[in-house]
Amino acid sequence: MKVLVPVKRVIDYNVKVRVKADGSGVDLANVKMSMNPFDEIAVEEAIRLKEAGKADEVVAVSIGVKQAQETLRTALAMGADRAILVVAADDVHQDIEPLAVAKILAKVVEEEQPGLVLAGKQAIDNDMNATGQMLSALLGWSQATFASEVDIDGDNAKVTREVDGGLQTISVKMPTIVTVDLRLNEPRYASLPNIMKAKKKPLDEKTAADYGVDVTPRLTVVETKEPEARSAGIIVGSVDELVTKLKEAGAV
Amino acid sequence: MAVLLLAEVNAGELALDATAKAVSAAKSLGDVTVLAAGASAAAAGEAAAKIDGVAKVLVAEDESLGHRLAEPTAALIASLAGDYSHIVAPATTDAKNILPRVAALLDVMVISDVTAVVDADTFERPIYAGNAIQVVKSADAKKVISFRTSTFDAAGEGGSASVDTISAADNPGLSSWVEDKLATSDRPELTSAGVVVSGGRGVGSEEDFKIIEALADKLGAAVGASRAAVDSGFAPNDWQVGQTGKVVAPELYIAVGISGAIQHLAGMKDSKIIVAINKDEEAPIFQVADYGLVADLFQAVPELTEKLG
Repeated sequence: MKVLVPVKRVIDYNVKVRVKADGSGVDLANVKMSMNPFDEIAVEEAIRLKEAGKADEVVAVSIGVKQAQETLRTALAMGADRAILVVAADDVHQDIEPLAVAKILAKVVEEEQPGLVLAGKQAIDNDMNATGQMLSALLGWSQATFASEVDIDGDNAKVTREVDGGLQTISVKMPTIVTVDLRLNEPRYASLPNIMKAKKKPLDEKTAADYGVDVTPRLTVVETKEPEARSAGIIVGSVDELVTKLKEAGAV
Repeated sequence: MAVLLLAEVNAGELALDATAKAVSAAKSLGDVTVLAAGASAAAAGEAAAKIDGVAKVLVAEDESLGHRLAEPTAALIASLAGDYSHIVAPATTDAKNILPRVAALLDVMVISDVTAVVDADTFERPIYAGNAIQVVKSADAKKVISFRTSTFDAAGEGGSASVDTISAADNPGLSSWVEDKLATSDRPELTSAGVVVSGGRGVGSEEDFKIIEALADKLGAAVGASRAAVDSGFAPNDWQVGQTGKVVAPELYIAVGISGAIQHLAGMKDSKIIVAINKDEEAPIFQVADYGLVADLFQAVPELTEKLG
C-alpha cells in the first residue's frame, strides 16, 4: 500500500506571530518556517506503517510556494520515500485555501493511487481544519478525522477519534483519509545521516496549472488585526484576599 | 436569505447550549431552519423548536445518521442545500468533521470557528491560535460556517417553530460506528459551564488532579486542563482547554499550575474573570489574570476550597 502525506509549510510553532501594521496579514518575511506540527505526526504515522510492513511507500506532497521544498526535505529526512512539490503561489504571504489544496490533492491521488492519505487535522496558520474532509468529499472516500489511534486491517481501518465528549472509534472502508490529532504519536527527529540522504531522494516539481486547478481564493481577506488585548489585574497576597476579591466581584 | 443550522445532537438529545448559541449567531443571516439528525432525533427536534429565533425544524431519523458519521450526514445536508444561502453549525468536533465535507460537495470554501458576523458575506475568525483575527469576505454563492460558541450568547427559549420530518439521503456505507468512550460526569459541560477550574503541568500527577476536582466540585464548576497536563497523562483529552482543545468563556476561570502558553490562552482568554494560581511569579498566565496568587498550589488550592462557599 502506498501512503500519501500532505505537508504544509507554516510559521514555526515557537515563533511569536506579528500582525502587519497595515492590517494586510501576518508578517512571514524572514520568519522561521517549519512543517505544520500536525503534519509531522502524519508523516511519523506513515513511516511507522511502513516499518510495520503495512505500507510499502510513503509519498509526501506539499502545495504552496517553492520554499515548501524545505518542508518536503524534512519529510524525506524523517523517512518518506519521495516527494511532490506543487507550486501554487509566488508570495509567501499567499495562503492556498483548503478547497484548492483538496482539488490539487485529488488529482495527485488520481495519479498516485494511494491506499491511504494521512493528513494533519489542521494547519496552525489558518486553523481552518478542512483539507482532509474536503479531499474525502471530492474523492467520495471515507474519512476519519482527529485520529488518536489508527489500526489498518486489510480492507478496513479502525480509527479512534478525539471528539468533544471523549473518544469515538469508527471503522472506515479503505481507501480512506485519516486526519491526525496530537496524541497519535511523537514524531521522530531526523538524524544527520538521514538529512544527508534526504537530499538525494526524488522530489518532483509541478504547478497547480499542471493539474488544471484554479487556486483563486474564495475568501478575500478584508483585514487582519491584533486580538483584543487583556490587561493584567492585581496580585493578591493570600487566599483570604483572593476569596474577598472574588466575593466583591460577585464571582463566587 | 435562509439559514440551515445543523443542531448538535448527542445520542438523541439536543445539546441546547451549543445549538442555542449558534442560533443567536445565525439570526441576522436570515430565517433559521434547524436540522436535527440522528438515529433518534425527534425529541431533539422538539427541543430545538422552542429556541427563540428558530423558524422551522427538520427532523431526519435514520440508523445511518446515528453517531454523526460524516459521510451520510454530509450527504443529507448537501441534498437540502438548494433552499439555503447559509449552512451553519456550532463549531463542535461533530460539525468540524461534517461541514468541510458539505462545503466541498457544494464546491464552496468552509469558514471555520467564526467569532463575529459582519454582514451576510463577511465574517471574523481567529487564526494563528488566536494571535490574529482575520476578517474574510466570501465570494461563494453559499456560505458554510461553523460558529465558535463561546463568543455568542445563547438564544432564549419560548419559540414554537413547526417541525417537519424528512428522510435521510442514501447512505454511501463508507464507515460504521464501533464504540464511544465518553466521559460520564455529574459536573457541568466544559464549554457551557459558568465556572471552570483548570490544572496544568504544575499539578504534577493524575492523583494530585483530585485537588483541582475538589475545588471544581465546591464551585459547581467544570474541570479543564492545559495541553501539558493532558499530554503528561494527568487528565483526559476531553478536558483540554486551548486552541487545539476546547474554547471556553465562563464567568470565572481558575487556572492552577498553568504557565499560560499562547496555545492555552487562546482557549480561555475571553473568560469574564480569570484567576491564576502559580508559584512562578514570571508565569505568562499572570499577564491575563484579573487576580493572581503567587503560591504553592498544594497549599493554596485546598485552602481556597475550604474557604469558599
